[in-house]
Amino acid sequence: MTMTMTVTMNPVTINVVMALTVGVLYAVGFTLLLSRSLMRVLIGVVVLGHGTNLLLQLAGGPPARPPIVGTAPPESFADPLPQALALTAIVITFALTTFLLALGYRAFVLVGHDEVQDDVEDRRIARQKVPSAPLEAGDGEEDVEGADDEVEAAAARGRDGS
Amino acid sequence: MTTVLTLPVLLPMLGAAVTVLGSRRAALQRVVGVVVLSVVAVLAGVLLVVADERGPIVTQLGGWAAPVGIALVADRLSALLLLVSTLVTLAVLVYAIDQRIADYGRGTASTTFHPMYLMLCAGVSLAYLTGDLFTLFVAFELMLTASYVLITRRTNASRIRAGMTYVTVSLLSSLLFLTAIALIYAATGTVNLADLAGRIGTLPSGLRSVLGLMLLVVFGIKAAIVPLHFWLPDSYPNAPGPVAALFAGLLTKVSFYALLRTQTLLFTRDEPWTLLLVLAVATMLVGALGALVQNDLNRLLSFLLVSHIGFMLFGLAVFDAAGVAGAALYAAHHITVLATLFLVSGLITRRTGTVALDRMGGLARSAPWLAVLFAIPALTLAGMPPTAGFVAKLALLEAGAAAGVDTRIVAGVVIMASLLTLYALVRVWVRVFWGKPCAPLPDEDDADEVVVGTARSSVPMYVATGLLVAVSLAIAVFAGPLTALTARAGADLVDPVSYRTAVLGGRASR
Repeated sequence: MTMTMTVTMNPVTINVVMALTVGVLYAVGFTLLLSRSLMRVLIGVVVLGHGTNLLLQLAGGPPARPPIVGTAPPESFADPLPQALALTAIVITFALTTFLLALGYRAFVLVGHDEVQDDVEDRRIARQKVPSAPLEAGDGEEDVEGADDEVEAAAARGRDGS
Repeated sequence: MTTVLTLPVLLPMLGAAVTVLGSRRAALQRVVGVVVLSVVAVLAGVLLVVADERGPIVTQLGGWAAPVGIALVADRLSALLLLVSTLVTLAVLVYAIDQRIADYGRGTASTTFHPMYLMLCAGVSLAYLTGDLFTLFVAFELMLTASYVLITRRTNASRIRAGMTYVTVSLLSSLLFLTAIALIYAATGTVNLADLAGRIGTLPSGLRSVLGLMLLVVFGIKAAIVPLHFWLPDSYPNAPGPVAALFAGLLTKVSFYALLRTQTLLFTRDEPWTLLLVLAVATMLVGALGALVQNDLNRLLSFLLVSHIGFMLFGLAVFDAAGVAGAALYAAHHITVLATLFLVSGLITRRTGTVALDRMGGLARSAPWLAVLFAIPALTLAGMPPTAGFVAKLALLEAGAAAGVDTRIVAGVVIMASLLTLYALVRVWVRVFWGKPCAPLPDEDDADEVVVGTARSSVPMYVATGLLVAVSLAIAVFAGPLTALTARAGADLVDPVSYRTAVLGGRASR
């Protein structure tokens, strides 16, 4: 299941299984990122972060080659630098996951749910297409408040649906 | 000299630590913040003078020589932007402190604002000074994490929504950045920018394009290039006044700096970059046209911010020394003018109690100083002579006119977008400063941080805003030396031999 390709100086062996794993993690992460619920977005970020860290690891060479002095000749080491980079990235992703969790909880406390609401401006533009609800010039603020209510209603519908 | 290079990063970090420890002592926090940023501003000035006279200054951190260790590099471009950015952060900090004193009295300390503000400044300094792609990622994370906290402080429902959009989009672009770093490391075996400059040229052209485009997408999201700009007008207007000014002034420009640095150093090209020209046109027009239909003052300014990112992109897209120099000058002017406009918008909002343009009026009579403070940066942004905006736009137009036919067409769009900017700002002027005075509206939401509908703006807030106006006027007054300086910076960027030799020493020839 391995194939070899030559990039610049040294031959790099790419494990197809690992490459596929990274691909699946990215796909799952991006799909979850597209959803409205902040919890799903959070899980999406976590999965995407894992995919990225795995990719960083793979950049250092194939698995099961620990870069520990004395256990193997240096030529058969994995490159330790990407492991250091991945370690830094893991710490950062971990911290931001915690922050997103806190943000989701805050949204839950304030709004009652953790769904990302519609953009008020997009709502205004969307309404301009409907002839029955024409937008008069200069009523921006009232309109914005009205749109907020609609957003709330839409969010409530979304909750009931799910 | 080498120690001086680490201080713009270390001092704000130490300051942040001190303000955390002294989180109950408001006076200590204020003094530490202002002193640290003043010292960093002086250091940045010293770095700029030395880098201009003797070439790039390099520090190899931890005693490991690049490309193994991490290098900090200050060349003309990074030192200039560091200086301008620090002046802006200093003025915004003074404004924020005075707003807090005016609203809550002298005694109230903040556990989060000062530490996060200084951490953000540390991140900005590191992003300008680093000579290493992964450290650039860390710098962005430092800066963005602090900005996540600042944008979601004292949350209400609308700020949570803005925060969610902002955090999610920024995280996505950070993960893409990490992906790009992993791929670049896998292909070349180094993350040192100077070393990469030599090695990326040997890659197959397809692979090189993929890596270049990935970095373009990453910094395009962070710098709000159309069509990746949608998050910005949604999130910035909801931030508290000084924080919005800080973000508008710095974050997008740091990302543009990263784009400028990586593209000129790693993906050199000999002729204008058509893709970026198209993106520049889209960014300029979408931003300016979006600004025309806004009724919310901060949202209008956010769209103008997006529009003027396009001007800088145009300079980079021309991809010769003159174009890149114009982009650098434009970035320096843009940092100050956008921060000023958001601060003025904060002052207007405090006075009128609303951000809706159609509910304001007559401020020219009731607050003439505010009118002056708005008029100067507004004319600067629109590029009216003899302001700094005119000098920067002239540099861009000259570069565009000299480079070829397609850049000449885009130069026409630059003029059109400038006129649209002027129109949008004149609209603000007519609605806000002329007409019948409106009574201040009552503060609808007492819980949030924004105190509105009060004439209780302290004099230092006006002074801090005035200082920023003075900086942008100084850019206009010293236009000659500054243009010469950015021209030298542009020549350095297009032909980065001095940068590579300074970082790598004798190994640069590889």
